[in-house]
Amino acid sequence: MRDISCKVLVIGAGPGGYVCAIRAGQLGLDTVIVDGAPLGGTCLNVGCIPSKALIHAADEFHKLDEAAAGNTPFGLSASAPKIDFAKTIAWKDGIVERLNMGVGGLLKKAGVKSIRGWAKFVDGKTVEVATDTGTQTIRAESVVIATGSEPVELPDLPFGDRVMSSTGALALKEVPRSMAVVGGGYIGLELGTAFAKLGCRVTVVEAADHVLPLYDAELVRPVLARLEELGVTVLTGAKAGGIDKKGLKVDHGGESKTVAADKVLVTVGRRPKTEGYGLEELDLDRSGRFIRIDDRCRTSMRGVYAIGDVSGEPMLAHRAMAQGEMVADILAGERRSWDKVAIPAICFTDPEIVTVGLSPAEAEADGHKTISKLFPFQANGRAMTTAREDGFVRVVAREDNHLLLGVQAVGAHVSEMAAGFALALEMGARLEDVAGTIHAHPTHGEAFHEAALRTLGHALHI
Amino acid sequence: MGTHTVKLPDVGEGVAEAELTEWNVEVGTIVQEDDILATVMTDKAAVEIPSPVAGTVQSLGGEVGEVLSVGAPLVTLEVDGDGNTAPEPEAKEAAPLPVETDDEPSDEKPEPKPASEKKAEKPEPKKPAKPAPVATGGPARGEHDRPIAAPSVRRRAKEGGVDLRQVRGTGPAGRITHEDLDLWFSGSGEARSGGGRVANSAVEEIKVVGLRRRIAERMAEANAHVAHITYVDEIDMTELERLRETLNKEHAGERPKLTLLPFLMRAMVNAIAKQPAMNAHYDDDAGVIHQYGGVHIGIATQAPGGLMVPVVRHVEARGLWDSAAEVTRLAEAARTGSASRDELSGSTITITSLGALGGIATTPIINRPEVAIVGVNKMQMRPVWDGTQFVPRKMMNLSSSFDHRVIDGWDAAVFVQAIRRQLENPATLFVED
Repeated sequence: MRDISCKVLVIGAGPGGYVCAIRAGQLGLDTVIVDGAPLGGTCLNVGCIPSKALIHAADEFHKLDEAAAGNTPFGLSASAPKIDFAKTIAWKDGIVERLNMGVGGLLKKAGVKSIRGWAKFVDGKTVEVATDTGTQTIRAESVVIATGSEPVELPDLPFGDRVMSSTGALALKEVPRSMAVVGGGYIGLELGTAFAKLGCRVTVVEAADHVLPLYDAELVRPVLARLEELGVTVLTGAKAGGIDKKGLKVDHGGESKTVAADKVLVTVGRRPKTEGYGLEELDLDRSGRFIRIDDRCRTSMRGVYAIGDVSGEPMLAHRAMAQGEMVADILAGERRSWDKVAIPAICFTDPEIVTVGLSPAEAEADGHKTISKLFPFQANGRAMTTAREDGFVRVVAREDNHLLLGVQAVGAHVSEMAAGFALALEMGARLEDVAGTIHAHPTHGEAFHEAALRTLGHALHI
Repeated sequence: MGTHTVKLPDVGEGVAEAELTEWNVEVGTIVQEDDILATVMTDKAAVEIPSPVAGTVQSLGGEVGEVLSVGAPLVTLEVDGDGNTAPEPEAKEAAPLPVETDDEPSDEKPEPKPASEKKAEKPEPKKPAKPAPVATGGPARGEHDRPIAAPSVRRRAKEGGVDLRQVRGTGPAGRITHEDLDLWFSGSGEARSGGGRVANSAVEEIKVVGLRRRIAERMAEANAHVAHITYVDEIDMTELERLRETLNKEHAGERPKLTLLPFLMRAMVNAIAKQPAMNAHYDDDAGVIHQYGGVHIGIATQAPGGLMVPVVRHVEARGLWDSAAEVTRLAEAARTGSASRDELSGSTITITSLGALGGIATTPIINRPEVAIVGVNKMQMRPVWDGTQFVPRKMMNLSSSFDHRVIDGWDAAVFVQAIRRQLENPATLFVED
C-alpha cells in the first residue's frame, strides 16, 4: 500500500475531528481523517444523538401513558399505549445512520480523504493505520489528536451482560423491568429518566450526597421533584458493590441492601482516550489525565494539536467542534486563539437544565460583586399552556456595570434557550440589553427577559 | 489626637538631598511603626524610609521624582497622643480626608462616628496602595478584567494583531465595538502597511526617575565634561583561555569558576603599576588629579533597575580567586538591590563588559571623575595569519576610553598594549618584578 503524505491528519472522526477536517478541507488544506469506528464519534453514534432520540421516544410514550391513566389536565385520553422498543431502537439507529452518511458526505464535499481503521503513532508526524486491506502509513505536516473519551468502568461492576455503559443502554433491544443506575451525573439521570418513562423501575445510586454535582441545589431541585413523580428512587451517599441474581448490592449509609436490577447502567464518568494508539511514543505533556494544550490547542510537540475530550474539561461535543474549527483556521495560517466567554452546558433530564457562564456562587468566588434573580415558569404564559410550570430562568450580573456573567435555567424545553443565553454572554450583553430586547410572546424565552428585568428591580409579570 | 511629622532623615554620609522614587502609602493609609512610608534615591542606592510611629497618613511631602532636602517634611501622621507638631487649623482643613475606595462614588456620606467609638476600634493596617494604572488610551478596566467585545470584533482584532486590552471600548460596560476597532486601525489617519501589520501610534510617557535619572545625569555629565578618546585593539586570548579551562577543571567543585574578569583585573593592576596616571580621579573644578595607590575597580553591572557599578576594592592586594569571588558577590548584591552605598562607590577605574551580547567594538563612557575605562567585547574564534597560514585563534577586542584632557593617546595605547601583552602571555600576569 502506498504511503500517504498530507498537510493535515486528523485522528478521530467525532464532532471535534470531523469539524476540524471539514473546515481544513474548506480552507484548501490537503486533509486526511482516520477513525476505526463509524464517522461521528461518541456524540453521533453512542452519545448525544441516540440518547436524545431515545429520550424523545420515551417522552412521547410517557405522555400517552399519562393520558391513559387520565393524568393530563387538558383532557387527553388514550387506551393502554404500547411501545415496540425494537422499532424505537431501529428508528434511532436510522437517525444515526443518516447523520453518519451526512458527515461522510460533508467530508467528501470538503475534499477530505477519510480512512477507516485504527491509527497508531510511529512518531509525531507519522501514523500507521490498520485498515481492512492492510497497513497504511500516513505522513502529515500537522496532526490533530481528536480521540475523545470512553466510559469509566468500576472494578466491582465490569461491563458485560447485565452491566452496561451508556453505549450498552442505547442498544438495548427491550425495556428492562428494573434498572439500577450507578452514578448520578447527567448521563445517568438522562437515561434513567428516559427508561423510567418507558416503564422501567429505576433506582439511581450515587456515592456523593447529592446528584448532578455540576449544578447548584436550586437548579437540581425541580429535577429531583420530577424524578420522584416519575417513581425514580434516588439513593445518595450509597456505594454500589457487585451484582447477584436479585440485583445490585448497595451500601447505603452503613446499611446493606439490594436494589432490584435486571440491568445495571454504570455512568460514573468518562476518561480521555489516551491509550492504545501509540501516544506513549510521543510523550506529550499531560494535564492530569488529559493532553495538555495551550490556547491554540497546541500540545508540547510542534505540529501536534489536541482537541475535544482528550484535551480537557468540559467534555462536551460543542467545545470539541469549536476547537476543531479553530485549529483548522490556525493550520491554514489564520491568527486564532481560544477566547470564548462561555461554553453552554445542557442536561437533558426532565426538566432540562441549561447553564452558561458563571453561577452566583462561582461569580462570587471569582471575586465579582453580583446581583442575581430568577424568574419562575409559574408566571410564564407559555409554560402554563404546556402544563409544565416547574423551573425558572436565573441571571447573574456584575453589580457595578450589570454585565451578564451567567444564565441558568431549569424547565421543560429550556435546552433550546441555550443559544440565546450563550449569544448574550458572548456579545458582552448587560442586563439592560436583555431587558431591552423584545422577546416573542408567548414563549419560554420571556422568562429570560423577565429575569433580567427582575434583577434590575422592575419585573413586569411577578 | 496629635500630628506627627516624619522628616526625611539623613540617608547617607554627606547627602544633603534625595529623590523621592516611590510612595508606599497614600493619604488615609493606617501605618504601624516600622512600616515603609517611601523610597528615596541617594547617590546610587535606594533607601526605604520606615515610619517611626503608628498613625494615619494625613499628607505627603511631595510627588515621585521630586528632590527633597534632608530634614524636609516627608509625611504627616495623625497619631494617638500629642504628636510632635503643633496643630495648624488651616492646614488641617486643607488636608484631604481618607477616601473610600469603592468602584463607584457613593452619594451617601459616611456617618460621622463618635470619637470614643473610633478610638475603641483597632484600625486594620491597610496594605500599601498600588500606584494608579497609567491611562494609555484604554478604558478604566480592572487589571484582570477581560475586554468585553462581540466575537466578530475579537476575531477582527486577532487577525489584525490588536491586543483588545489596549483598545478603548465606548459601548455599554466598556464594550469594544467595531467602530472602536475602526478608530484603532485608522490610528490618526496613518495607513496600514499591508500584511496584517498595523501602524501603532501609541506614545507612552515614562517618567525618568530614580536610578535611571541618576544614570542619565551622570552619563550626560561625563560626556559633556570629558574629552573621550576610545582605543580598540584585538587580543589573542587562546593561551589565557587554555589556562582558564585548566584551572577551572582542576578546581571544579571546590572553587568558584574563573571568568575572564579576574585575569583582566590582574593585568590592569600590573599595567597601572607602570602607569599610575590611569588609576586616578580628575577634579576638573579644582584642577587637581588625585592619583590613587589602591586599585578599586568598578564593575559595570546590569541590574533590574538599570546600570549599577559595584566596586572591588584593593584589587592590587587580592589573588585571582579572591577577586573572582568578590566580583560574584558584588554582582549578585547589585542585581538583588542589596548592595550598600559603600559597595557602590569609590572606584578608581572601571571595567564594562557587553561581551556576552556580541559586537566588535564599543565606545565606553568614562565613570567620571575617573580617567579610564576598559570595555570587554565578545570573544570569538577568528582566522589569524601566523606568517605562513591562517590558524584558528580565540580573539577578543578591548574597547577602552580615556579622558583625553589628562591622558594622551600615546599613553592610552601603551596602557592597552601592556594589558594585551599580559593576556596573550598569561604567565607574565603572575611574574613578580
